[in-house]
Amino acid sequence: MNYKLIFNIAKSLLLARWKQTLVAAIGVTFSITMFITLLSFMTGLNDLLDGLILNRTPHVRLFNDIKPNKHQPINSTVTYGKDYNFINSIKSSSSRQEIYNSGAIMESLTKDVNVMGLAPKIIAPVFFNDGSIDITGVINGIDVEEESRLLHFNEYVTTGNPLDLKNVSNSIILGKGLADKLIANIGDVVQITTSKGERFQLKVIGFFQSGLLEFDKTQSFATLGTVQKILGKPNSYITDIQVKLYDIKKAPALAREYTQLYGADAEDIQTANSQFETGSFVRSLISYAVGITLLVVAGFGIYNILNMMIYEKMDSIAILKATGFSGTDVKRIFLVIALTIGLFGGTLGLAFGFLLSSVIDQIPFNTAALPTVTTYPINYNPVFYLIGSSFSLITTYLAGFFPARKASKVDPVIIIRGK
Amino acid sequence: MSDIILEARGICKYFYDPVKVKVLNEINFSINKGDFVAVTGKSGCGKSTLLYILSTMDTDYEGELLIDGELMKGKKEKQLARIRNEKIGFVFQFHYLLNEFSVLKNVMLPGLKLGKYSDTEVADRAMEKLKMLGIENLGMKKANQLSGGEKQRVAIARALINDPLIIMGDEPTGNLDKKNSEIVFDIFKELAERYKQTLLIVTHDQGFAANTHRIIEMEDGKIIK
Repeated sequence: MNYKLIFNIAKSLLLARWKQTLVAAIGVTFSITMFITLLSFMTGLNDLLDGLILNRTPHVRLFNDIKPNKHQPINSTVTYGKDYNFINSIKSSSSRQEIYNSGAIMESLTKDVNVMGLAPKIIAPVFFNDGSIDITGVINGIDVEEESRLLHFNEYVTTGNPLDLKNVSNSIILGKGLADKLIANIGDVVQITTSKGERFQLKVIGFFQSGLLEFDKTQSFATLGTVQKILGKPNSYITDIQVKLYDIKKAPALAREYTQLYGADAEDIQTANSQFETGSFVRSLISYAVGITLLVVAGFGIYNILNMMIYEKMDSIAILKATGFSGTDVKRIFLVIALTIGLFGGTLGLAFGFLLSSVIDQIPFNTAALPTVTTYPINYNPVFYLIGSSFSLITTYLAGFFPARKASKVDPVIIIRGK
Repeated sequence: MSDIILEARGICKYFYDPVKVKVLNEINFSINKGDFVAVTGKSGCGKSTLLYILSTMDTDYEGELLIDGELMKGKKEKQLARIRNEKIGFVFQFHYLLNEFSVLKNVMLPGLKLGKYSDTEVADRAMEKLKMLGIENLGMKKANQLSGGEKQRVAIARALINDPLIIMGDEPTGNLDKKNSEIVFDIFKELAERYKQTLLIVTHDQGFAANTHRIIEMEDGKIIK
C-alpha cells in the first residue's frame, strides 16, 4: 500500500483548507489542555486532602482496645466449655492499655520484609491547667525521628524545631488551637494533670498545625520518655505501635495476621479511613467526565469540518476513484486528515496543559489549615498525558471514521455524469 | 485479426428510478488494439451509460465485459480500481484536475498510485507526456491557473501517464470552443496514428466522429451501425 502517496494527498487537502484545519485543531488543543489541567489540579487537590489524613495515619496500628474479654471463665470450664453460653452484663475488662511484650513485638516487626518502619507511641489523656480552667487534651509520646520519617511529623510543626523535644527535657509541642486556648508562647511552661492526679510542668518548644482544627485543639506531643515519666510507667510502656508498610494494599491482610500473631488489636488504614478513598474517587470521576465531554465536543467539530471538506471535494474524490484509487484509499486519506488534526491538536494540548498546570502551580495558596502548602497543588502524573493523547487520537479517529466512510462510498459515475 | 482489447457481450442495463427502463439492450462489440473508435448518438441514447460500464466504474449491469481478455464480472471494488489505474485512461467533459496540486503532480497522481516506477521516474514520465502535448511549460502551475483548453490537455496527459491499453473519453471536447476542440482532436488523432494508442470516445459531435477510424452509432440503447 502506497502510504507515502496517501499522506501526500492528505497533506495537500489539509493545507488547501488550513484555516478550517486550524480551527479543528484548536478545538482539540483546547479540550486536551483543559483535560490535563483539570485532572492535574483535581488530583493534586485530592492528594493534598488525602495527605492530610493518610500521611499521618500508619498503615497498620497495633493497640489494645477497651472491650470485654473474649475469654470468659465459663468457657474454660470442662462442663460448659463446649456449650453456647449466654452471659449478661459483661463489663469491659480493666486490662492495661499497654501492649504486652512490646519490645519483642517491635523487634519481630522490624525483621518483617513488608514493613518499611515502625514508630512506637503512647497516648496519654491529660488535663491542661490554665488558672482555674482545666482543658482536656492528649499528650502523644513519640519517637521524634521515626515519627518524622514515617508520618511526616516534622512537616506539621510550624514553629520551633521538632528535634528539640529530644534535646530539651520535659518539653512539649502544643497543637496551635490548644496553645491559643492556653495563651501559651514558646518558652512558656504549661501545667498538666494526669488522670491519676499527678501534676507536671512542661516547657513549650513548638507549635503543631495539622490542618484539622479540632485535632489541633486537643493534641500535643512529647517524647516517649517524658510521657512514661508523667504516667509513672517503665520505659517499656507503649500503647501503640504504628507500622508503615511498603505496599499499602497489604495492610488489611497484615493487620489480621498481626492480630493473630501478637494478641493485640490491629487496625488497617483502609478500614480507618475508607471515606477518603470514596471522596477522591468521586472527584476524579467528575474530572474525567468533564475532560471527556470536552473531547467529544471537539470530536464533533472535526466531524463537521471533515464532512464539509468531503462535500467540497466531491469532484476530487470522484476523479481519484476514476483514475484508480479504491474506496479504501479514499477512506485512508480522510482518516489521515482526521488523525493529523488529532495528533497536532493533541500534542499542542499536552504542551499547553503542562504550561497551564505549571502556572497554576505558581499561584499562591495560603490557608491556616494547611501550613505546608504555599501554592495550589498540581499532580504531574504522566498517566494523564497518556490518557489525554490516546483519547485525542481515539475521538479524532471516530470523528473522521464516518465522513471517511462516506467519502469512500462516493460513486464517481454519479458525480461525473451530474456535470 | 489483431488483439481484442475490450469486448462487450450482450450488455443490458436498467434504470430503476422511477420506473424500470431498459437503457442498454444487448450491446455486443469489440475493440482491437490501435482502434480509434467514436460512439455517437442522440442525447439519451445510452452512450455515456455504456461508457461508464465499459470503464468498470458502473458495475450494475447484465452481460459480460472483458478487458484485455479478463472478465470484469465479480471482481471486487479494489481489483477494478487497480484495472482502471493500470489499463484505462480517462478524459471527461469536465477536466477534474485537483486544484490543490500543480499540473505536474496532477499528471503524476495515477502513476504514483500504480507504484510501478519510482517517484522521480514518474515525474520524468509526466514531463515527457506534457512535452508530447506541447504544454511542458505549464508543469509547475497550479491547476486552477490554466485555461479550459490547457486543462483538457493536462487531463489527457494524466490519462496517458500509465501507458493505458485504452483511453476512454466522455465528450472530451464538449466544453471547449472550436479552436481548442480541434487541438484536442488533433492530439487524439496523433495518439492513434503515431503512437498506436487505442481510443474510445463518446461524442455527439458529428464532425469529430467523422474523422475517427470507426464509428459506433447508437439509438435507444442499441447499436445501429
